[in-house]
Amino acid sequence: MYGNDFPADDTSSGLLGEVEAAETALREAAERGRHGAAGADPAAYFAEVIAADQKVEPRDWMPEAYRATLIRQIAQHAHSEIIGMQPEGNWITRAPSLKRKAILLAKVQDEAGHGLYLYAAAETLGVSRDELVDLLLAGRQKYSSIFNYPTLSWADMGTIGWLVDGAAIVNQVPLCRCSYGPYARAMIRICKEESFHQRQGYELLHTLAHGTPAQREMAQDSVNRWWYPSLAMFGPPDTDSTHSAQSMAWKIKRFSNDELRQRFVDMCVGQAEVLGLTLPDPALCWNDERGGYDFTQPDYAELMRVIKGAGPCNRQRMEHRRRAHREGAWVRAAAAAYAAKQASKKEQASKKEKVA
Amino acid sequence: MSEYSEPTSQPGGAPPAPLWEVFVRARRGLAHTHVGSLHAADAELALHNARDLYTRRQEGVSIWVLPAAAITASSPDEKDAFFDPAADKVYRHPTFYEVPEGAAHL
Ligand SMILES: [Fe+2]
Ligand SMILES: [Fe+2]
Repeated sequence: MYGNDFPADDTSSGLLGEVEAAETALREAAERGRHGAAGADPAAYFAEVIAADQKVEPRDWMPEAYRATLIRQIAQHAHSEIIGMQPEGNWITRAPSLKRKAILLAKVQDEAGHGLYLYAAAETLGVSRDELVDLLLAGRQKYSSIFNYPTLSWADMGTIGWLVDGAAIVNQVPLCRCSYGPYARAMIRICKEESFHQRQGYELLHTLAHGTPAQREMAQDSVNRWWYPSLAMFGPPDTDSTHSAQSMAWKIKRFSNDELRQRFVDMCVGQAEVLGLTLPDPALCWNDERGGYDFTQPDYAELMRVIKGAGPCNRQRMEHRRRAHREGAWVRAAAAAYAAKQASKKEQASKKEKVA
Repeated sequence: MSEYSEPTSQPGGAPPAPLWEVFVRARRGLAHTHVGSLHAADAELALHNARDLYTRRQEGVSIWVLPAAAITASSPDEKDAFFDPAADKVYRHPTFYEVPEGAAHL
């Protein structure tokens, strides 16, 4: 449905090309079809579906651990989209031009939409959105650690688009091939929208980096602050990652944390050069043997601290979300009251009609 | 039963707004296609929310919303038994028939 909205060069290569390829693969796998049904051995059937790179759908039998893993992952992903509106929402009223304000508004609105697509995907697994929201508000489910860092300057709007949305895309493009149908389809939608997020950020940063010395300095300072937290978005190193092996076997996850992190670094180096900005890592160096850049790992102890709640903005983000939820209660109540009123009006009108 | 598994009961509070399935017609001439779902108090709000959520980039020229609870779906477990009656009726396909040599426009 989005196919025509992007210029042709986008679909032939790069990340958007991978999204298109995932979409095509999804269609082809569906067309190959599959004979037989779950029948007496649903577990064997489930394994066959996974092995054939086909999609598991909401009412298919699935192992309880598969369901639980997906609920946890999709919910955490949805929460991240919603909490992720805050660092940028912080700058909407201070955008330096109407054009930048309109772009930032559209971007933040997209993130709300991503949250909703994902909550809807999670609901197909038999959990309700209200329940997930309650778990987030109670602090019992997590969101991405990156959103616990503050947005201190306007340049952060550029860096977030470039690095944070960029890292999210690298993480999410393989999820377009996830074995769970509703999640894969939601990710295809989301990845297509993410591309705009990354580009508007990159353009913003490029403008600053080629502006006055003060603007340039602001851009560099921003990249310095966001680089390592962005690297940490890929999660702990493979040696410490707990869920990976099973998720890979179920084809929920396709690449390890370290593989994705490497891919991200390799993409960013050239992009930083074009910006004329420096990535804050003196150890960054091309490794011919590995065919990738050597780089300094992020501080994983810091990542763990931020995940556990001790990041610079954890409390502020949660308080804001709780307040927004509380203050929105009257809107939900009003919508329900209005719907009830309209329904009863309709009912009375139809009764009258019958009498007459 | 709808395509969805039964949601677990609510941890207190008001019942959630009903779930709606959203179908979008991408362009005149194409069929409405299922794009996802959303919660809304009534049909009108569901339509507005669907516009805001699923057509922010001109993805459609028409939207249908319908209550998820109103959908009756066939069960995947019965897939074979349910669709079996069609499996042994190859004579419903034109390729079942041999066309004599020389016969054109068939
Ligand atoms: Fe997003
Ligand atoms: Fe984004």
